[in-house]
Amino acid sequence: MVEFLQQLINGLSLGSIYALIALGYTMVYGILKLINFAHGEIYMIGAYIAYYLVMIFKLNFILALLLAMFFSAIFGIIVERLAYKPLRNSSRISALLTALGVSMLLQNLGLKIFGGDPKPFPELVENKAIFLGDIIIFNQQIIIVVVSIILMIVLHIIVRYTKTGKAMRAVAYDQEAAKLMGIDSNKIISYTFAIGSALAAAAGVLIGMRFNRIEPLMGMMPGIKAFIAAVLGGIGSIPGAVIGGLIMGISESLVVGYISSSYRDAIAFAILIVILLVKPEGILGKNIKEKV
Amino acid sequence: MEQYIIQVVIFMGINIILAVSLNLINGITGQFSLGHAGFMAVGAYASAILAKNYNLPILLTILIGAILAGMVGVLIGFPVLRLKGDYLAIVTLGFGEIIRVILLNMKITGGAKGLPGIPGGVTLLVSYFFALITVIVILNIMNSTDGRAFMAIREDEIAAEAMGVNITLYKVLAFAIGAFFAGIAGGLYAHFYQFLKPDSFNMYKTVDVLLMVVLGGMGSVTGSILAAIILTIIPELLRGFAEYRMIVYSLTLIILMIARPDGIFGKKEITDIISFKKRGR
Repeated sequence: MVEFLQQLINGLSLGSIYALIALGYTMVYGILKLINFAHGEIYMIGAYIAYYLVMIFKLNFILALLLAMFFSAIFGIIVERLAYKPLRNSSRISALLTALGVSMLLQNLGLKIFGGDPKPFPELVENKAIFLGDIIIFNQQIIIVVVSIILMIVLHIIVRYTKTGKAMRAVAYDQEAAKLMGIDSNKIISYTFAIGSALAAAAGVLIGMRFNRIEPLMGMMPGIKAFIAAVLGGIGSIPGAVIGGLIMGISESLVVGYISSSYRDAIAFAILIVILLVKPEGILGKNIKEKV
Repeated sequence: MEQYIIQVVIFMGINIILAVSLNLINGITGQFSLGHAGFMAVGAYASAILAKNYNLPILLTILIGAILAGMVGVLIGFPVLRLKGDYLAIVTLGFGEIIRVILLNMKITGGAKGLPGIPGGVTLLVSYFFALITVIVILNIMNSTDGRAFMAIREDEIAAEAMGVNITLYKVLAFAIGAFFAGIAGGLYAHFYQFLKPDSFNMYKTVDVLLMVVLGGMGSVTGSILAAIILTIIPELLRGFAEYRMIVYSLTLIILMIARPDGIFGKKEITDIISFKKRGR
């Protein structure tokens, strides 16, 4: 039981990270119907931006986090403008391949610019263990969960209660109709990429803080897993992405705790395959009928 | 030097098999699969282990490996083929990764350390014998009733179904045939390099092959062959810049998709362009 609770706590903090990344996936997919494979790379770039900010300007954790989110948001907009915008009217396969290409490009540019060796991420927050009986909780895990919750609340407020958020929902619902109502859909798509990228960057900084090492390929697996989380929760659904992320994180922790850490990546795909066969629209997703 | 050129040309043959077989799934049937490296891995490891541990002749083991890969294709095909587009892509990617993780954790494959001492014997003749068979079989399939069914699925699934095409059957068939030939390519790869490690069959391998199919034109066998040749030679010429290879590759993919998503040939074959008879199209 102790082991189970311990893994549950580990899974909760890992799941928060997945949830943050999954939010970006689900928002972009909701609007563009595009799996933005490069999203995991934004997470990596966010971590590196924070790393350099801390190393060069000696910023503290909060400032590094906020600035990394800001610069990654700009980076996300640039990627969208250069790579995805010219493909607005192409087939979905072209867009998917481009996303794959962008992802590989960023990975390999990362390897070239940052170097292939992992970098030691500075200890921004002193790691303290808190004992609850036999269960160990690290204060960094608490920070991850708290920061994630704050960001999710902010996102919820933006999407629900601001004009931009309303426009985002409109574009996701029907892009053509939204355009007819005078919504600048390109601008809204840029906002969406910016918000998604900022959340991914936050996840990258939090992971860097927790594990003290970052590398150019760190975005690959979390990126795919977060996508799976988005599918699991119902792609296009924001609460779904959070639920999906938490389920992914917890199940991965349980696999590591009870089976073997070498299967931690396989479980993600197993979950994906099961969910797509049993309930392809995801837990909170809408069932879309195919039309001729 | 001569030895080196022969090696490159053999490798070219393997790449032709990979590109043409992936084209059957992605281009001709329109099912976007990213699991080709996984099928290749099954064929490669099966053939390598059979030849190494039981001293069977490699032509036989390659065939057995390919059949096994084809069976895995069917096995994967049935559950995933209810999915479309992006979902299919990500699930096949997942299956490819699962195959890699399993190979990494098996004893008989040597795990991450790799599998050394695989019997060799892949000559130019062997490589191109299989490449020729692959091309002939797939071209013939394209021009048969079954091939028309594949293409009908690509063009419009619902319309194809309405015309009485058994969608599931043909999708699984495309997967099985594609996986079978990927298995052959895997077997050749194993006996050519005489060393295997699971990481050789990661996502990048699939993307390598995918780039050939896309560059050549999804749906064009001629295009796949040509692109396989080009994309085998270019990395060899750029050997001094090996670290930039993936950067160039990914940029090519992006620019190709933006500038000419149809690739070199689109859906056409060389015979459609240079033809002795006038063909209605």
